[in-house]
Amino acid sequence: MSYPENAILVLVDVTPTGEAASSTAALIGAAAQIGTPVALVVAPAGIAQAAVDAAASAGAVSVLTAEADASALTVPVVDALEAAYNAVQPDAVLVSNSIAGRDVAGRFAARTRAALAVDAVGLSRDEEGVVAHHSVFGGAYRVNSAATYGAPVITVRQGAVDARAEAQPLNVETLAVSPSGMPAALAGEVAIVEKASSRPELRGATRVVSGGRGLGSKEQFVLVEQLADTLSAAVGASRAAVDAGFVPQSHQVGQTGVSVSPQLYVALGISGAIQHRAGMQTSKMIVAINKDPDAPIFDVADFGIVGDVFKVVPQAIEALEARKK
Amino acid sequence: MKIFVLVKEVPDTYGDRRLNLETGLVDRNASEPVLDEITERALEVALEYADANPGTQVVALSMAPESATPSVRRALAIGAESAVQIVHDDLAGADLGLTAEVLAAAIRRGGADLVITGNVSTDGSGGVIPSMIAEHLGFAQLTALSAVEIGSGSVSGTRASDFGAQPVSAQLPAVISITEAFPEARFPNFKGIMAAKKKPLEVLSLADLGVQADPSAAPRTIMTSVSEKPPRAAGVKITDEGDAGAQLAEFLVQNRLV
Ligand SMILES: Cc1cc2nc3c(=O)[nH]c(=O)nc-3n(C[C@H](O)[C@H](O)[C@H](O)COP(=O)(O)OP(=O)(O)OC[C@H]3O[C@@H](n4cnc5c(N)ncnc54)[C@H](O)[C@@H]3O)c2cc1C
Ligand SMILES: Nc1ncnc2c1ncn2[C@@H]1O[C@H](COP(=O)(O)O)[C@@H](O)[C@H]1O
Repeated sequence: MSYPENAILVLVDVTPTGEAASSTAALIGAAAQIGTPVALVVAPAGIAQAAVDAAASAGAVSVLTAEADASALTVPVVDALEAAYNAVQPDAVLVSNSIAGRDVAGRFAARTRAALAVDAVGLSRDEEGVVAHHSVFGGAYRVNSAATYGAPVITVRQGAVDARAEAQPLNVETLAVSPSGMPAALAGEVAIVEKASSRPELRGATRVVSGGRGLGSKEQFVLVEQLADTLSAAVGASRAAVDAGFVPQSHQVGQTGVSVSPQLYVALGISGAIQHRAGMQTSKMIVAINKDPDAPIFDVADFGIVGDVFKVVPQAIEALEARKK
Repeated sequence: MKIFVLVKEVPDTYGDRRLNLETGLVDRNASEPVLDEITERALEVALEYADANPGTQVVALSMAPESATPSVRRALAIGAESAVQIVHDDLAGADLGLTAEVLAAAIRRGGADLVITGNVSTDGSGGVIPSMIAEHLGFAQLTALSAVEIGSGSVSGTRASDFGAQPVSAQLPAVISITEAFPEARFPNFKGIMAAKKKPLEVLSLADLGVQADPSAAPRTIMTSVSEKPPRAAGVKITDEGDAGAQLAEFLVQNRLV
C-alpha cells in the first residue's frame, strides 16, 4: 500500500460505542487544508465500522484500522499510531485536543521525539512546512508555531475549525500493530452521560446561553435552559455555577473549561471574571444580563442589560416565542 | 512511598497576562506570579495521603526560572517535605518536549512511586505533560481524575473522560493527573512558612540531569509569530425599566440572531 506524498495522519477519536467522535469532520477538514488526510481508527474488535465510514465520508482518502482492547488506557492507541506513522510517513499527525487525544498525543510525541504543538485553532502551510495557529490567553494573542524539523504532532481544539473536506470512497486497510509492552492503566466502562436533549453541543455551537451563580439554584438554572431552547443554543455555565452543582462540569466555559467562539453568547447572572471571559470573549456578539451595573462582563458585552434575570429572561422568551407563531 | 508532585508557577489569572511580542515568552512582570491553582490541589492530594500514612515522602518538583523560587517555597510551606527546582538559562521558552524530558529526568533521578500533576496548566491549555512524562518513565498514566484512592501498591480513581466518568486503576509506579474538582490546598500557616525556610530545596541544572537542550538533539516546537488582538470594546448598556426582555428580543431579531 502506498500513501500520498503529502499525507496528514489523523487519529479519529472513537466513542465507547464505536462511533467517530464529533471532532472527526473538523480534524479531517483541517488535514485537507494542509495535505491529504489519511485516518486511523483504533477500536475494540468488531465495533469500528461506523467510525471507519464516518472518516471516509469526512474526507479521508484511506482509513487504517487497528483493534485495541478498550480496557487498557491510551497505550494500545499509541502503539497503533506509531505503526500507522511508520507506514504512512506523514507530514504531520493531527489529534483531537480531547482528554483521550491529549494523552495519546503526549505519549506518542515523547516516544517518537516528535515536536508537539497543542490546542491549535487553525493550520496552514508555508515553504518550510506545517504551521499551527493558536489563540492564547483567552484569545488576547495569536501565536503561530512550527517544528524545527520533522513531522509535528498537533492537537486541534474541538469546535475551532470550520473547514470540511469532500467525502472520499471507502478505502480501508487493517494495520498490523506490535504492542510496545508499555504499562497501561486498566480502564472500566464509561458511564456515558446521556445528552439532556437535542440541544447542540457546547463545543462548536453557533449560539450559547450560559448561566452563573446569579441563577441561585439548580432548579432556577432551568431558566438558562429555557432561553437556550428558545434560541436553539447550547448551555454553558460559569465555574461558580458548576461548583454549586447547578450543571455538570462539562458545561463550564472559561480558562479551565471549554473555549467557545459562537455567533451569539448570552451570559446570565455571570460577573465576568477574567477566567470566564478567557473562554468566551472571542464570541461575535455578546449579551449580558446582570443586576450589578459594575459587573466586568459589561466591559465585553455588545448588549448589556442591568436587571434581574428572573424578570428579563422570561419576558424575552415570551417575546421570542410569540414571534415564532 | 515517595510521591513527586509537579508544581508550576504561572501568571496570576486574575491579573493582566501578557506575552512579550518580541520573544513570545510570558511576560513574568506583567502580573503577579502564583503557584498554579490546580497543582496546589495536586499537592493537597499527596499531603492527605501523607497525613494518613506516616513515612510518606512528598517532593514538590518544578521546572522554572530562578525567580520562581518563592513559588516553590510556597509548596514547602503548604506541606511538601522537600522540593526540587530545575533552573537553566537554556530552558527559557522550552517547548513541551523538552519540559517533559527534563521533568522525567528529575523524577527518575529521585525515584518515585507516584507522580501527581494537574490535568492542564492554567497558563496554557497543554494537558500533555502528564502522559509525556509517563511515557518517558515507562509508567502507566491515569489522567483527568475527579476522585482518587491511593493504595500501597496501586492507585485507582474516577476519570472524567470525554464521554463520561470512567473507573481506572493501575499498579504503582504511575503518573496521575487531577482536575480542579479536587478541594483547594490547605493554607500555609505561620508555622508552615517558618518551617519551609529550613526544608531542603535542591536546585538542579540540565547537566545534573544529563538532558540536552541543544536544538539538534530533537525536533522542537518554536513560535514563528506572535500578535496581539485589540481588546474588545463595550457596546450598548441599558437598565431594565420593565421592558428590557422585549428590547433584548428585538435586539436579537434585528441582528438576525434568532
Ligand atoms: C485558576 C482559575 C481558573 C478558573 N477557571 C474558570 C473557568 O474556566 N470558568 C469560569 O467561569 N470561572 C473560572 N474561574 C472562577 C472565576 O474566577 C469566578 O470565580 C467565576 O467565573 C465566577 O462565576 P459567576 O460569575 O457565576 O459568579 P459570581 O462572580 O458570584 O457572579 C454572580 C453574578 O450574578 C449576578 N446576579 C446575582 N443575582 C442575579 C439576578 N437575579 N439577576 C441578574 N444577575 C444576578 C451578580 O451581580 C454577580 O455579578 C477560575 C478561577 C481560577 C482561580
Ligand atoms: N514547568 C513545569 N514544572 C512542573 N510541573 C509542570 C510544568 N509544566 C507542567 N507541569 C505539570 O503538568 C501539569 C499539566 O501541564 P500542561 O501539560 O502544561 O497543561 C501541570 O498541572 C503541572 O502539574
